[in-house]
Amino acid sequence: MADLTTHIGNLTLKNPVMTASGTFGFGLEFADFVKLDEIGGIIVKGTTLHKREGNPYPRLAETPMGMINAVGLQNKGVDYFVEHTYPQLKDIDTQIIVNVAGHSIDDYTACAERINTLEKINAIELNISCPNVKEGGMSFGTSCPMVEKVVGAVRKVYNKTLIVKLTPNVTDIAEIAKAAEHAGADSVSLINTLMGMAIDAEKRKPLISTVTGGLSGACVKPVALRMVWQVAKAVKIPVVGLGGIMNATDAIEFMLAGASAIEIGTANFIDPAITVKIAKGIDEYLERHGFKSVKDIIGALEV
Amino acid sequence: MKKYIIDFKVSSNKAMGNNAILLKLRAPGQLPEMKPGQFVEVKVENEPNTFLRRPISINYADYKNNEIWLLIQKVGNGTRKLGELQTGDTLNCVIPLGNGFDTSAVKDKKVLLVGGGVGVAPMLMLGATLKAEGMTPTFLLGARTQSMLLEQELFEQTGKLYVTTEDGSLGEKGFVTNHSILEKEHFDKIFVCGPTPMMKAVAKYAKNNNICCEVSLENKMACGLGACLCCVTETQEGHKCVCTDGPVFNINDLTWQI
Repeated sequence: MADLTTHIGNLTLKNPVMTASGTFGFGLEFADFVKLDEIGGIIVKGTTLHKREGNPYPRLAETPMGMINAVGLQNKGVDYFVEHTYPQLKDIDTQIIVNVAGHSIDDYTACAERINTLEKINAIELNISCPNVKEGGMSFGTSCPMVEKVVGAVRKVYNKTLIVKLTPNVTDIAEIAKAAEHAGADSVSLINTLMGMAIDAEKRKPLISTVTGGLSGACVKPVALRMVWQVAKAVKIPVVGLGGIMNATDAIEFMLAGASAIEIGTANFIDPAITVKIAKGIDEYLERHGFKSVKDIIGALEV
Repeated sequence: MKKYIIDFKVSSNKAMGNNAILLKLRAPGQLPEMKPGQFVEVKVENEPNTFLRRPISINYADYKNNEIWLLIQKVGNGTRKLGELQTGDTLNCVIPLGNGFDTSAVKDKKVLLVGGGVGVAPMLMLGATLKAEGMTPTFLLGARTQSMLLEQELFEQTGKLYVTTEDGSLGEKGFVTNHSILEKEHFDKIFVCGPTPMMKAVAKYAKNNNICCEVSLENKMACGLGACLCCVTETQEGHKCVCTDGPVFNINDLTWQI
């Protein structure tokens, strides 16, 4: 067996397979199908300072080789997470990472500070693709000055591994990644969902309540792969790749493009045991090609 | 209840009325424990426009033959593809999912099982379970016309069957809520599965007559495991997942205007 250990800043993962926020609950929902301690890292559902009810139903539309969702960050708030969910997760032998979302810089920092106190949580993933109401509806993740502002503020209050999750709905994602790096991020993860839309022609109505939503699944993979490639060349910090990974080969492609670790998202809905299968598949690939460590394939694309 | 990912083998695929099929699926080993009202998420293979699994309610669990039955109406690409399955084909299912009907307090009570269209599916397993416990369930099933009523004989064998059809071709003419049985007899609990307008009409009847009533919802769903939060319904306590907190809800917990 090859060495699957990989690093995201100071964070050590036993293998490069993590779960994408919002697709794996808190992990416990999948405990009947996989041994949670065989997953490299579990990134739990996006958590905000205050409880959020999320968007009205319908929140989901199936599209060719993918789906559009508009859940709207439904969650019970950081206090509930700290008091009720964390105690159930803290003894799982894997890295538990909290995805932190917010609507203002104060929200982000307050939430990150709270998570910083949790002994067994060694990293957060900062979700900066939500509409910023205070700044006139613009997303935090779509302008370099705003990225620097929010990442810089969180960096001041959070002293463990800070991963910044980037939105692909920008003109130049490499510039955004550089801004995150400059503001003190330990890593960037990409891509979050692509803005999309689905229509019921017979009813002349949108298929989801918010009209537009986030596209994910196999159909986004080529876009995600291209962005990971561009970002990995632009920054020195490790990159976490995600977007449409359905199997081990997809995961390996992201690592060849420069990702130090990967996240499995929508594929969890289709095969709840896919995470450990992908970890095993990466190992088989390394064996077959004579690599001793998974680190040997990070950015190993021959162009 | 522990959940499994199982490769079932198709033992038969029978065309039914109302553009439906009855799939009988055999497990490679013993069937997992499951409750009436629970569902499975089936993986549709070789259908490029079907990306997600399809949630299908369990029609019947045949523990003797290690078979589950799925009664499926062909409405889209995914379900049409399931209609093409042949004996011996494999169908991958995540099973069992959801909470199921609450039958804990129905012993020696008069229960009414109401089904409409393909929504009759979970009522067969529920009725069979109640029958196995020594009760005689009463079924009230609705269909547009006689040929669209599914599994009539099986329901007759399982309990007392009353039928309404919209054109009067079988049973009483009209909707289930028009049936005279609701005037003649008193029921202590009603279970309903079918189109939303039908479920709301029955829920209104139950509420007006102070009868405990559970309905089975079928919101659009992705994971089926309470992870993606796509299938939520409004409840008295905010959004809840139909896949894990449901699909069965007591009408008092919902926010239906009835």
